[in-house]
Amino acid sequence: MKRIYMDNAATTAISPAAMQAVQQAWEVYGNPSSLHGAGREAFFLLDKARADVASALGAEKNEIFFTSGGSESDNWAIIGAAKLMQKKGKNEIISTAIEHHAVLHTLNALEKEGFKVILLPVSAEGYVTAEQVENAITENTALVTVMMANNEIGTIQPVSEIGAVCRSKGVLFHTDAVQAVGHIPVNVKEMNIDMLSLSGHKFHGPKGVGALYVRKGIRLPNLINGGAQESGRRAGTENLPSICGMAAALTEAIENMEKNTAKIVPLRDKLINGLTAVERTRLNGGRENRVPNNVSVCFEGIEGESLLLWLDAKGICASSGSACTSGSLDPSHVLLAIGLIHEIAHGSLRLSLSEHTTEEEVDYVLEVVPGIVKYLREMSPVWEKIVKEEK
Amino acid sequence: MIYSEKVMDHFQNPRNVGKIEDADGVGEVGNAKCGDIMKIYLKVDDNGIITDVKFNTYGCASAIATSSMATELIKGKSVDDALQLSNKAVVEALDGLPPVKVHCSVLAEEAVRAAVADYYQRKGIEKEIPGCSGNCSCCHLHDEHCGGDEE
Ligand SMILES: Cc1ncc(COP(=O)(O)O)c(C=O)c1O
Repeated sequence: MKRIYMDNAATTAISPAAMQAVQQAWEVYGNPSSLHGAGREAFFLLDKARADVASALGAEKNEIFFTSGGSESDNWAIIGAAKLMQKKGKNEIISTAIEHHAVLHTLNALEKEGFKVILLPVSAEGYVTAEQVENAITENTALVTVMMANNEIGTIQPVSEIGAVCRSKGVLFHTDAVQAVGHIPVNVKEMNIDMLSLSGHKFHGPKGVGALYVRKGIRLPNLINGGAQESGRRAGTENLPSICGMAAALTEAIENMEKNTAKIVPLRDKLINGLTAVERTRLNGGRENRVPNNVSVCFEGIEGESLLLWLDAKGICASSGSACTSGSLDPSHVLLAIGLIHEIAHGSLRLSLSEHTTEEEVDYVLEVVPGIVKYLREMSPVWEKIVKEEK
Repeated sequence: MIYSEKVMDHFQNPRNVGKIEDADGVGEVGNAKCGDIMKIYLKVDDNGIITDVKFNTYGCASAIATSSMATELIKGKSVDDALQLSNKAVVEALDGLPPVKVHCSVLAEEAVRAAVADYYQRKGIEKEIPGCSGNCSCCHLHDEHCGGDEE
């Protein structure tokens, strides 16, 4: 059976160009910090990768710090900013209810240390506004952190406007752009971003590598202490092959962004239209301001894990925000934040596409899903009740 | 998370799915809010033997698989034997469940008991049958809250 991979928000396949960059860098075994020829060779590769990532974001080379991925970047930015501003007597952090756990759990940890965390609610379509942020800012605000694109429902937040508000109020602004970079245009200067997290494996780069952009002049305290790598701001001998692979993947993603978007959006919309044509099915997240690759729907009366395993049996890799798949009692916090009741949130399905997704694959998914939903509904006492109440 | 082959078999080819219109006992347990509901229908003959059993389940793969296995285990048995069905027996018959899914087997045990309780009630026979407490977190967080007996 051919595998249909529609879980690109979880991770992506590494691109041939990224793979090649990784392989080339493996051969360069020197330590970029060494002074000899072998070290210099590695340093030049690292320096080139940094320049490529910087140019992809509209940043300067010395504003890019390589990390182990999106989670580390989020932790570093948030913990660092909190500590930096605490010295100035500021102890409030503003964020949203739909952030990734890499942000939310970091905020929870800071809350235990005495920080006050304000999680802004989102609209039923899954957006916050710059006005909400502006109204929440006080003289004690240490940091605003709002994700650029949501990983579950694909909504793109008004980061530019939020950045402008923060800049005008003199408040630090971080954005988790892990699901955005390489998929939608990003420019840290134009968007007034002080810190930005990205992760290599979300745009066909390797896993376990990422970067944090820190605007020049922000003396963010270190998260990882040790050697003088990354200008003394992030210790540890750099993961050169992965960094080079990430830079190559990002350069490629940015070059092809327009072309890829033009290809993916019609497929995404075909899926959205086809799936929401199934009775009692809703789209999660607004249609406008949505990343090109995200489809998220909820089918009433069924549970997401059963659906996922049936899709898997049919060769389709997808994801869900149900409690069973999250490994907890509650369905995804994002689906609850857009106002869904538990019963409906349990029936969620996320399909995330890539430029390799084909129309045939989309058609196959649209052929298979309604049948599985119907089958599961037929054995569902919840669906039985819904149908009874309708009569 | 990896399910055993038995679980996948009972998930993909569930036995005894459906309803019994003229059932002699029906039991429904669980809560849609928590993500699983099981409904079991019994047909019982004059000797108290379960001649037919069907289920409807809303829930994850292990909820469907445990429902299916539980119905298999009580089919042809007496209602009193069915009352003895333990969640452990269901888990063992399925070659194990991941720890976070053990609550599904508890639910299956309770669904069977609820159906038998309904059977006795319809018969006008008084019988003390412990049922579902109605508190999901009890089963879901079995290890901490209920002193659960699973390993
Ligand atoms: C929005 C968002 N932030 C952070 C992360 C964490 O990234 P990583 O897996 O690279 O640590 C992810 C990836 O799952 C994500 O989608």
